[in-house]
Amino acid sequence: MLIHSALIIASGATLLDMDRLPTLIASVVAIIIVAYAIIRNRGGRKFKMREIAGLSALDNAVGRATEMARPVLYTPGWGGDIQRPTTIASMNVLSHVAARTARYNCELVYPTHDPVIMAVAQEVVREAYADAGFPDRFKADNITYVTSSQFGYAAAVDGMIARVQPASIFLLGTFEAESLILAETGNSIGAIQIAGTDSTIQLAFFIVACDYTLIGEELFAASGYLSGDQSILASVQAQDMMKVLIAGFLVVATIAATLSAAGILDPGAWWRF
Amino acid sequence: MNRKIALIICFIFGVVMFLQYFSGHPVSRRINQAILEYWQIIFAFTLVVGIVGVMRTNIEKIGRGDDVFFRVVTLAGILIMPLLALVWGIRADTPFMWMFENVQAPMQATVFSLLAFFVASASFRGFRARSAQATVLLVSASIILLSRSALGGILADEIPQFAEWMRNYPSMSARRAILIGIGLGSITTSLRVILGIERTWLGGRQ
Repeated sequence: MLIHSALIIASGATLLDMDRLPTLIASVVAIIIVAYAIIRNRGGRKFKMREIAGLSALDNAVGRATEMARPVLYTPGWGGDIQRPTTIASMNVLSHVAARTARYNCELVYPTHDPVIMAVAQEVVREAYADAGFPDRFKADNITYVTSSQFGYAAAVDGMIARVQPASIFLLGTFEAESLILAETGNSIGAIQIAGTDSTIQLAFFIVACDYTLIGEELFAASGYLSGDQSILASVQAQDMMKVLIAGFLVVATIAATLSAAGILDPGAWWRF
Repeated sequence: MNRKIALIICFIFGVVMFLQYFSGHPVSRRINQAILEYWQIIFAFTLVVGIVGVMRTNIEKIGRGDDVFFRVVTLAGILIMPLLALVWGIRADTPFMWMFENVQAPMQATVFSLLAFFVASASFRGFRARSAQATVLLVSASIILLSRSALGGILADEIPQFAEWMRNYPSMSARRAILIGIGLGSITTSLRVILGIERTWLGGRQ
């Protein structure tokens, strides 16, 4: 209350929204842990990540498309925009896939529902092709906006899959009801499919219909896994530290809630934080 | 140099948006509102770029005789709908709304209805008891399906109760574990972008 009062400025309006205080505390703790992991990493310690089958299969998927002389189709789903971390994570994988398609001279097709994502994806792919040493192989027309309508997008990508017959399909980003429509169409043409999303509902569909599925934080760890960048890997390790912290908090809160419900102890309602 | 400018802008806006989220002050809300308005303006410009790109690609491919029918339909849709809206408006009983209700909406409903068939074909593949895990999935899915139909309650009262327990405990706990991972992944990805550790979104390597 004292802090709250102190934060009331002359105009009478609060600087801090007290309803969001728990989120602020959790965010600050997360920032401290990530900063600690990155600073500790500067000592030269090498991190190793467990093998993620879906990410290890990326190169094979592009190689398969090259051998079959068929394109690779990559789409980020209808549910997200460029502000979403999942879309940023998807861009990181796109950069890696684009570098491989450039090197193997394999066509990369990228339909999207969002013109901002299209613009960013064009730059990411253009740079990846330039870094790979093949800027002339980049085709801006292959990275295209189709429509903002959900089922219009699903129909457009389905149509592309049916006509272009890609050998490999990457469904990485934020997907909603269109997930299974795309994944089943990809399955029907025999494409190798690698999927990943932040929607737990759509994950179930991907697991059934795709060859590899990135579950939970695996999609966000992709850039560290693929690039081997130690700073990114350090931030992935910070995620594990936070997980341990959350697990410890859950155990303590569960004991407190149980004792409270049994009337043995009254620890208050702090655990509802 | 261009990259450094982009990283500095990203850092400043990232920090400002982070701080304003936790503030109830009117100035903070105005900052948020202003940024959202600028976002809409940027989106509108990129939408024009996107639509021009779609039209150019389709016209070029029609010239090459590549999937002509699909591309003519696409171009017709892109041109006719805005034209109808500009000439007669978008209120009820206008040609635009007639087209929306009688052409666009049924087409969207058709694509959505495909989902039912795809769920059936995916379930058929997914529920084959090839391993112990697949068998657990098959049994769980059968119980849930039974509980969601009248048959489940007729066979035994315990089936709907057990299905509810499965949804609320084993299924929910797994879902929450995945959600915690996704939440932590989102936080660290955002921090990496704000702090300039993650630069792939600028194009090229780290």
